Amino acid sequence: MSLTPVVNRRSFLKTGAAGATGLLIGFYLPGTAAGFAATPAAPEAMVSLNAWIHVGTDDTVTIFIDKSEMGQSILTGLAMIAAEELECDWKNVRTEFAPADKVYINPRFGVQGTGGSSGTPTSWGPLRNASASARMMLTQAAAKQWGVPTSQCRAENSTILHVPSLRRLNYGNVADAAGKLPVPQNVPLKEPKQFHTIGKPTKRLDTPQKVDGTAQYGIDSRLPGMLYAVVERCPVFGGKVASFDAGRAKAISGVKDVIQISTGIAVIADNTWTAMQGRKALDVKWDEGTNANVSSASIAKLLAERASQPGVIARQEGNAASQMETAAKKIEAVYEVPFLAHATMEPQNCTAHVRVDRCDVWAPTQAQTNAQSIAAKISGLEPKSVFIHTTFLGGGFGRRFEIDFVGEAVEVSKAMNAPVKVTWSREDDMQHDYYRTVSHARFTAGLNAEGWPMVWTNRIACPSILARFGPVKDNLDGRSVEGCDSVPYDIPNILVDYQMTDVGIPVGFWRSVGNSQNGFFLESFIDEVATAGNKDPYELRRRLLSKSPRHFAVLQTAAQNAGWGKPLPSGRFRGIAVVSAYSGYVAHVIEISVDRKDRTLKVHRVVCALDCGRIVNPSSIDAQARSSIIYVLTAALYGAITIDQGRVQQHNFNDYQMLRIHETPQMDVHVISSEEPPTGAGEFVVPPIAPALCNAIFAATGKRVRRLPVRPEDLA
Amino acid sequence: MAIQFTLNGKAQAVDVNPDMPLLWVLRDTLGMTGTKFGCGMALCGACTVHVDGEATRSCVTPISSISGKKITTIEGLSPDRGHPVQRAWIEVDVPQCGYCQSGQIMSASALLSKKAQPSDAEIDAAMKGNICRCGTYERIREAIHRAAQLHTAAAGGEQTGVREAAENQRDPEAAVVGGAA
Repeated sequence: MSLTPVVNRRSFLKTGAAGATGLLIGFYLPGTAAGFAATPAAPEAMVSLNAWIHVGTDDTVTIFIDKSEMGQSILTGLAMIAAEELECDWKNVRTEFAPADKVYINPRFGVQGTGGSSGTPTSWGPLRNASASARMMLTQAAAKQWGVPTSQCRAENSTILHVPSLRRLNYGNVADAAGKLPVPQNVPLKEPKQFHTIGKPTKRLDTPQKVDGTAQYGIDSRLPGMLYAVVERCPVFGGKVASFDAGRAKAISGVKDVIQISTGIAVIADNTWTAMQGRKALDVKWDEGTNANVSSASIAKLLAERASQPGVIARQEGNAASQMETAAKKIEAVYEVPFLAHATMEPQNCTAHVRVDRCDVWAPTQAQTNAQSIAAKISGLEPKSVFIHTTFLGGGFGRRFEIDFVGEAVEVSKAMNAPVKVTWSREDDMQHDYYRTVSHARFTAGLNAEGWPMVWTNRIACPSILARFGPVKDNLDGRSVEGCDSVPYDIPNILVDYQMTDVGIPVGFWRSVGNSQNGFFLESFIDEVATAGNKDPYELRRRLLSKSPRHFAVLQTAAQNAGWGKPLPSGRFRGIAVVSAYSGYVAHVIEISVDRKDRTLKVHRVVCALDCGRIVNPSSIDAQARSSIIYVLTAALYGAITIDQGRVQQHNFNDYQMLRIHETPQMDVHVISSEEPPTGAGEFVVPPIAPALCNAIFAATGKRVRRLPVRPEDLA
Repeated sequence: MAIQFTLNGKAQAVDVNPDMPLLWVLRDTLGMTGTKFGCGMALCGACTVHVDGEATRSCVTPISSISGKKITTIEGLSPDRGHPVQRAWIEVDVPQCGYCQSGQIMSASALLSKKAQPSDAEIDAAMKGNICRCGTYERIREAIHRAAQLHTAAAGGEQTGVREAAENQRDPEAAVVGGAA
């Protein structure tokens, strides 16, 4: 153990953009302790063949990971993609998180960042191309050294082989020469049938660091002379500091200073705990602003009012209004969901060091460009002088696409003229989130005489996430209606409209975003349609999805593996749901029992069938499916952030509960093999969990759960 | 007045506010960041360490209360990830984001030190204080069973609990500090 503070990332010597070819990157600090021994240690020097691929003279290949690793295993997945095209030995692969740079911009967002299940799909093409190009450069360099045609050489297993003579050169031997060659364009990619790495279950590269405590998360950042800060923020959203008295706080031994920043009052001390003690001693008067009377009840009332009026049309097929007149049977229902917190295990935090000529930021961020922009704005430096060091993320789920915590650290570091780590408490994290939005959904359906739906209308009233960033075209935020606007069922008359409604509470991207609530709405109401038409919920879906083969396949696979239609043990009930989101397809059958006397339920089994296109690492897909199931069972059974007097009423894991090991059901995950392009796997499994659960509750109790989370009275 | 204890087999003294939780002494004062802050209220288990072999939430453990005791953190569980629980965790590829895993591993290793072959129910009872937001619970259960096998195999079938490497080390200074409790 060392008492010497260590910088958790080495200062990055910028490679610049893709044109950094041939630049020898040096000054790598050796990996700390034994933590990185599972993957090769950093080489003393390595040659950058492009922005992603760097070959060490010791044969190691360092792959720059330009997506954030928050548990989804993108680090290993991207390394697999690169190793495949690069033909390098897996044991020579090591990774570094990429700096913020234009070359790493995610085309989905126009900024560098990780989210929206875009990691694998947006890296798939560019990273394969970059790796194939690097492989060609190494091949050309070897051919040149031997004085033979490149066509006689091929790359395999971290060597270049001269086929006629069977001579070999290691990658490390030709790296330097390769780096001096022009970058070849349009190098042919491997055919999928040649893949040796992509598609094979592969252990994560980051596991060893995560079992011995050496993995560096943002909160683990330590710098020489670093100060520790916590921030007291107005409990009411949008409120401001009216006045404060820091006298008692400053009297605490170890408290260095108390300053006002844009988000509240920062207490700076020589350790986190002392800063927390100083914060408790603060006396702050708040100007609570316009949201001081907002409550969950007032929000629900507002949304209901808004949903009583037509909104902007998100989807229209046929003529719902006129055809509803002719329906043999009409049903209607209202669904509601609450705010949800992300509750990443690692509370929000950021470490910043603002100096005259540069600003360094160590952050568990999903949004490198935005982090760089806010740091530049606050520090007064140009973005090129702001260096973003992405750490491991202790969970993301969309929360770390926000940059509020980055701004705080930069602001405090600038004011203190010292490196500063800002750490949020769990309560801060829960009460100052950008929440999964509340939403109110109205549905009507018209059935024909045979019980099939002919008309489907759906109005959604909820806040817009995109409205935070600027005007929303036509007041139609696609994130608010996603899933509901793409209702996949073969119904001739469809009308989906949206009432954008600001409720004064910040909303943000939460695992699967709008799909997380809209999947619940849509897949619950289609179950109601089945019941109203005396149809089996699975058979109704099958028939109405017959023109959508990927939906159909996952639905059928889940149903068959769950034994749909076959008798269950006494007291067991099933529910089913199917959704497509982020180009992935998933169906779940959930098996439960309900103790109606105790008003409790037990989830026994979740049968999941999914199709997410070509799979890079089957082990990661399996893990992400199970992770999504647990994440949303948690929300469906326990999740509710409620508001009173403009304040969040939940504090910590005692009043915002998490599913735990003893509540974990049996999960059977079935993956449908596909050669479609790969999609991200972190989100699409989420949406059908809550409706499958609630449809099972209906099967058990005859009562529809139209409001989440499930309450004891729903089970009576 | 310095507080003395044994940390990962070695004598350690810290001169801090006696109310300061062990978690923050480890992380901020001693720079040992493997032990994680999750909730500050013993609700999530991310900060779990061993105090005299017992799984303990360091976020609510004042440093004064561990005077003279033996603390093991994730850094001291083994020198080389060789503890059966760590080996099993790697074999089963348990972690996702990984943030809770130090705490999970410390809870699991404390369980196995008392119960060499725990049942699922015993695993649930010992592990339900540890939240994993990524939902790795199935792999945690599988890895604990696997760790039990690894240990039993290593011990030639002997049904003793799993002891941690640090506890096997005899540090003369530690004995002196231990006497000061």
